[in-house]
Amino acid sequence: MIVNVYVPCDAAALSVGADNVANTILKQSNGKVNIIRNGSRGMLWLEPLVEVETLKGRVAYGPVGVDDVKSLFDSNFLEGGDHSLCHGLTEEIPFFANQERLTFARVGKINPLDLNDYEANGGLLGLKNALSMKPSQIVDIIKDSGLRGRGGAGFPTGIKWETACAQPDGQKYICANADEGDSGTFADRMLMEGDPFSLIEGMIIGARAIGADKGYIYVRSEYPHAIRTLKSAIIIMEESGWLGEGINDTETNFKLSVRIGAGAYICGEESSMLESLEGKRGQVKVKPPIPAVSGMFGKPTIVNNVLTLGSVPFILAHGAKSYANFGEGRSKGTQPFQLAGDIKRGGLVEKAFGVSMEELINVYGGGTKSGRPIKAVQAGGPLGGYITPESFNVTMGYETLAKAKTMLGHGGLVVFNDTTNMLSLARYAMEFCEIESCGKCTPCRIGSVRGKETLDKIASGKNIEENIQILDDLCDLMEEASLCAMGGLTPMPVRTAMQLFPDEFTNPLIER
Amino acid sequence: MTTLLNTIEHAFAKKVCVAHHDRSDELLEILHEIQKEEGFLSDAALRTISKSLNLSRAEVHGVVSFYHDFKREKQAENVIKICRAEACQAVGVNELIRDAESYYGVKLDNGGDTVSLESIFCLGNCALGPAVLYNNNLYGRVSLSEIQNMIKFNKEVQGQ
Repeated sequence: MIVNVYVPCDAAALSVGADNVANTILKQSNGKVNIIRNGSRGMLWLEPLVEVETLKGRVAYGPVGVDDVKSLFDSNFLEGGDHSLCHGLTEEIPFFANQERLTFARVGKINPLDLNDYEANGGLLGLKNALSMKPSQIVDIIKDSGLRGRGGAGFPTGIKWETACAQPDGQKYICANADEGDSGTFADRMLMEGDPFSLIEGMIIGARAIGADKGYIYVRSEYPHAIRTLKSAIIIMEESGWLGEGINDTETNFKLSVRIGAGAYICGEESSMLESLEGKRGQVKVKPPIPAVSGMFGKPTIVNNVLTLGSVPFILAHGAKSYANFGEGRSKGTQPFQLAGDIKRGGLVEKAFGVSMEELINVYGGGTKSGRPIKAVQAGGPLGGYITPESFNVTMGYETLAKAKTMLGHGGLVVFNDTTNMLSLARYAMEFCEIESCGKCTPCRIGSVRGKETLDKIASGKNIEENIQILDDLCDLMEEASLCAMGGLTPMPVRTAMQLFPDEFTNPLIER
Repeated sequence: MTTLLNTIEHAFAKKVCVAHHDRSDELLEILHEIQKEEGFLSDAALRTISKSLNLSRAEVHGVVSFYHDFKREKQAENVIKICRAEACQAVGVNELIRDAESYYGVKLDNGGDTVSLESIFCLGNCALGPAVLYNNNLYGRVSLSEIQNMIKFNKEVQGQ
């Protein structure tokens, strides 16, 4: 009998040797094994996570190294035999079992490039429903679902689509923002590598809703694996009639292309991304006009994050209400949270909004990997604020996190232990802004350089009180006068670090 | 950077532009393809692009200089791109960079012939840091000895 063995082809799994593990299993199996390369289940501390299909379900072994393969065969792992790396049934591992996976329902489960597998697991259902609806009906469903932009700004997706839908007929575009540059976030990458058809399905639905017949996925060049997977997925969808002219024998046409970024963080800002898609410098533009009215090449364009578009198929398949039933307050649905940095069980946790930070960091994440106490957590990427364990009772949502002086951003949480130097992290925030600023507005372009210099002066103990005052003024200026969130939010990590750990700024020379 | 007055067409650049139908909105793709083939973007290539796409040389230069990926000079044989973002800092990337700098005798983002170290901001491997990208392969939980192994392995593969 030939046994199905799953070894992820997700970039994170590959980064710790999944390819070698897959090859070694194949070599030692004497033809008894069929290796399936799936996406990652999101339990990244167990990667490479090898799963064996048994009558009871898929049994997990991890983290498997090349040297462990022989002992796995000796323990009869092809029949789910016990081994020190065995974790029982994958879907019963507490980290996984307690999640609410809507957007990531198929990630890790299926072969990412097997369209039949995709359809057998609930794929294409949303699109089939959408093809039988009027565009305005699709927009209404998205509005009713309460879906908001998962890129960080949290703008209601339905309103954006409605605006673009209301523009006069003619050339329109839909763009997926896959320029996931925030540190501590990798959900877009995992979805693109683990379930690329769901992103494409979401884009076709969006295109039909606004009347666009062309779309682009703007992927950052740092994600070579995601780029390869998406390009293959597009070809497969074209060959089976789900992309191109007359989709599924309807009058809907949609042509989709992948565009590759070139290492500029700012291109995750939508106006900058649209400039970059036109082959120009990725400089931020003044709004209005908003892209939904005048975007790519001056035509109505919607730009949505990968996770936003990836949530659309579920909503169209199961209805607005079944999505809106998840969540808390004005944050409806689920969010794939990403646990990163010094954390014991790092990975992806999709939960309804309203879960507490405590639960994510300490229950799911299990505290630090180093075993040291947690000093601070940065939520929402490099522009998000720091938060200390005293405030971990905050629930995860757009408004609740803003109230706690941080932000949801793209759902990333980066854990720092007690050896962290907050002043050097604050300096890094300014340095990062200096390197990645598009240079269009002065507060961001020059403010970041001055901020870095001022923090250097503070670090060396020069006129500390005066320089803290200067830094504070500078932060005010950047917050209020910057053109986009890059300059406007860079002060957030700087300020929260100063507020939470004032001693490290007023007495920087003391050894800690 | 030198400016040459000759106007000899760069054959490969011309070929890539033609393949992209001389469309200026595909400039980034064109630049990526040429750099992949040649390792960097030469004056001759940029001149050919600007002519083919009907853009000024200043416009092309503006795009090339805006994006971190595009290089105007020949790169080291081994370019190690190390993630310097927060999640990797939380697991000691700054120490890794210091060790690698002293082992290879080069400074981060400051050239090198055989090995150069380049900062990159987030590789999306934030739960398995420190992360490194080398020859378009992603590595996680990287230590100095692993960087040494990558380079050694690459040399062996190329020697075969």
